[in-house]
Amino acid sequence: MDNLLSIVTFIPALAAAILAVFLRGEDAPAQRNAKWLALIATTATFLISLFILAQFDPADTGFQMVENREWLLGMSYKMGVDGISVLFVMLTTFMMPLVIWASWGVSTRVKEYMIAFLLLETLMLGVFMALDLVLFYLFFEAGLIPMFLIIGIWGGKNRIYASFKFFLYTFLGSVLMLVAVVAMFSDAGTTDIVKLMSHEFASENFSVLGIQIVGGMQTIMFLAFFASFAVKMPMWPVHTWLPDAHVQAPTAGSVVLAAILLKMGGYGFLRFSMPMFPVGFEVMTPLVLWMSAIAIVYTSLVALVQEDMKKLIAYSSVAHMGYVTMGIFAANQQGIDGAIFQMISHGFISGALFLCVGVIYDRMHTRDIDAYGGLAVRMPAYALIFMFFTMANVGLPGTSGFVGEFLTLMGIFQVNTWVAAVATSGVILSAAYSLWLYRRVVFGDLIKESLKAITDMTAREKAIFAPLVAMTLLLGVYPSLVTDIIGPSVEALIHNYDLALADAPSAVKAAASH
Amino acid sequence: MISADLKIILPEILLSLYAMGGLLLAVYTGKDKLAGLLTYATAAAMAVLALWIATAGAGNRTAFDGMFNDDGFARFAKVTILLSAAAILVMSQDYMARRGFLRFEYPMLVSLATVGMMMMVSAGDLMALYMGLELQSLALYVVASLRRDSAKSTEAGVKYFVLGALSSGLLLYGASLVYGFAGTTAFSGIIEAAGEGRASLGLLFGLVFVISGLAFKVSAVPFHMWTPDVYEGAPTPITAFFATAPKMAAMGLFARVLHDAFGGVTADWIQVIALLSVLSMFLGSIAAIGQTNIKRLMAYSSIAHMGYALMGLAAGTVFGVQAVLIYMAIYITMNIGTFAFIMSMEKDGQPVTDIKSLNLYARAEPGKALAMLVLLFSLAGVPPLVGFFGKLYVLRAAYEAGLAWLAIAGVIASVIGAFYYLRIVFYMYFGEEGEALDKGRSPVLWGALMVSAAIIGLAWLPGLNLLGVESAAAAAAATLVN
Repeated sequence: MDNLLSIVTFIPALAAAILAVFLRGEDAPAQRNAKWLALIATTATFLISLFILAQFDPADTGFQMVENREWLLGMSYKMGVDGISVLFVMLTTFMMPLVIWASWGVSTRVKEYMIAFLLLETLMLGVFMALDLVLFYLFFEAGLIPMFLIIGIWGGKNRIYASFKFFLYTFLGSVLMLVAVVAMFSDAGTTDIVKLMSHEFASENFSVLGIQIVGGMQTIMFLAFFASFAVKMPMWPVHTWLPDAHVQAPTAGSVVLAAILLKMGGYGFLRFSMPMFPVGFEVMTPLVLWMSAIAIVYTSLVALVQEDMKKLIAYSSVAHMGYVTMGIFAANQQGIDGAIFQMISHGFISGALFLCVGVIYDRMHTRDIDAYGGLAVRMPAYALIFMFFTMANVGLPGTSGFVGEFLTLMGIFQVNTWVAAVATSGVILSAAYSLWLYRRVVFGDLIKESLKAITDMTAREKAIFAPLVAMTLLLGVYPSLVTDIIGPSVEALIHNYDLALADAPSAVKAAASH
Repeated sequence: MISADLKIILPEILLSLYAMGGLLLAVYTGKDKLAGLLTYATAAAMAVLALWIATAGAGNRTAFDGMFNDDGFARFAKVTILLSAAAILVMSQDYMARRGFLRFEYPMLVSLATVGMMMMVSAGDLMALYMGLELQSLALYVVASLRRDSAKSTEAGVKYFVLGALSSGLLLYGASLVYGFAGTTAFSGIIEAAGEGRASLGLLFGLVFVISGLAFKVSAVPFHMWTPDVYEGAPTPITAFFATAPKMAAMGLFARVLHDAFGGVTADWIQVIALLSVLSMFLGSIAAIGQTNIKRLMAYSSIAHMGYALMGLAAGTVFGVQAVLIYMAIYITMNIGTFAFIMSMEKDGQPVTDIKSLNLYARAEPGKALAMLVLLFSLAGVPPLVGFFGKLYVLRAAYEAGLAWLAIAGVIASVIGAFYYLRIVFYMYFGEEGEALDKGRSPVLWGALMVSAAIIGLAWLPGLNLLGVESAAAAAAATLVN
């Protein structure tokens, strides 16, 4: 099939269109139909996306299954995957059926809810497959619309504030990227990502208002893209939208946000910042590394004092994303392999943790940690699964969380031992907040009256967690499943990056080596 | 050859004759009896003219010794103007008839205003420019106060007239300066007199006054003060008309004067236009935040959008003009849909303009709410909707002309602007349960909203490629700038 990628991308959108046009009414059968159609569509997407994985040849470091059509303004509708993006595609298609299934309890405006999630899936898949800069920007930004609605319509008490903050914060981040996109378009005369990767953007120093810009245009454009990706990631100190968005979003919204949307920033660094602006990347590396180290320690400390379970996990996500940026900016094989691995594994683990919160939230309608305690007595199965993912979040060897953290730390240790030392302390902190959360929620005596009647997980809930447990374990004990696929592409990426730096003007190198 | 000249302006002549004939007909058959029919007939006539101009015209022709141009640029603008005027006429018929102010003068005045607009975008001489502008403006002043029994409508008309007269004065003063220093009123003569590089001081003064007068017509800051009041005061169908065709005409005229008459001295006006642009974008975005009346909000929104269109003009290049044309075509499509929605907002048969009345509108009418959602996100410039592509074109034009600061200012203003569009979405989708608006009962308005939303939501898809507007605008821009 020539257009396999487009088929995968647009099946969910097609299902959304069918829902929008043909499904009428808000009664129980209509709601059931909406849920089933969404589940079938996302599952079908996942099954068809397996063909992508099957056809994918890891040894080929170029883009595969490329589709190319003409579009406006000399741009093109170009899709393709390489070793860096293919697993994000798989992560997305894998998570979405679980997300839909986890939303079985939704009862208000079910049709719109499913449409929003299906459209979101199309847009997320598009982000990871787009091989045209403007097409990428299109998918990247358009995802804001369904997410804005998901938080705003189905969110918690403070949802209005959270949805506006989410939208405007990320929109502000990405419009600067838009200007850089326009600049790249003008400079290179194309928006084809493959061509842009081999285009050398100017990197001669110049000064603006008396300030010397080391790395010239490349640094400026790097910063413009950085504004967008850092917000999406999110990196400290522009992470503050995330806890609000997570807390107010419905469970499924939080899962998508944590498991997939946060990965777009890291993917963007690997797809654009590193290959297209190598000099800017190099110049800004020390800053980003320290921002990551601060993020890991600071947000872990913040997570310790949270009273709200979702907020705690949200801060933990920021900390884990700190490992990702640290690994990417280490710019060596272990670092980047580790960063991608961490992103995939964090997708499963944080997604599962938000689902865990969702399970008890559905029963008690509160996320206050104080409202719980002693759940192990009445919910043994839940206690087991929650413990598994808590351990995975800590990075216990044998789970996928360990591999990502270990690889990124190993990568960064070769580059900057101080950053590595600070970041490693984050591992301890993550154990502290995760275990403490677990203790307060699950252990102890069941003394609260309200909890006396709580029931354990249903078969549906258990079934949702099963694939996540399997993947976390599988990747934990057999990480080369991932690294074999991403390895060659990452190697090529680093090779090109080093070549580009060797060609860079010597003034830049002198400045960067300080 | 007078017959050849007349042949070139045949569309304008026909529309004028039609307007006069319609007036006579209506008077002899008992005034407003035929008003509904005339409205539809006018819309049909305009659509036919648009089709004719779009298909028949080719090449560059001038009439009356260069007073009147018939080139690709004029044709693009005319087709846009005619089609949007026709759409607004069709949309307003039912609305005005139910409220008892559908007079036969309305379609006729709109036709005459349209003739003026067609003159404006074809003008090749300061005299022709002024003639077109005044024909348009006089008709619009009257239309604004069409609702004679409403104090607000009358006030809007008078305000528009007084401020419009002031701006016409500025424009005339500028034109007289230009004439004095260039020795001619023809654009072709002015461009020779101005030379390349820098214009003489006197000519520069003239240019600035002309720009001020035109900035008033496109409601660019700081000449925007009339816009919110007139938009709010005028009956909604007329506000919709103000927001569409005259804006295209004024922007077309703006581009024509700057390029045809002052194309050699771009450096002299780029700064001025860039300043107008940045002020309009920011004022439009910030001032709209506090508005609770959706018509006032749309007024500020249009100010901001004119700022973006001017950004393309500020580039001073062929691509810049192309960007302006595309931006205006997209802007007009979005506004037709948005105003179709606003016209359908009513409670107990009375028009409602308070944004708060949209509380949970999405539950009552999911289809219309979704269409409006698409339009609002497009107005905010969120991809993948077509409004984003308009912004992309003007940003690229500005960046390539070395105005990177303007592009950055523009995107920052668009984030501020996104807030108030989101606020409408917020009321429609997240609001609290309140008294619901009436169910829409006009199929025409419903159709206009849906068609506009469908174009805005889908025209970017590969294969549709903005419905060919891109290449048409490119050809049009090439004829204007050489």
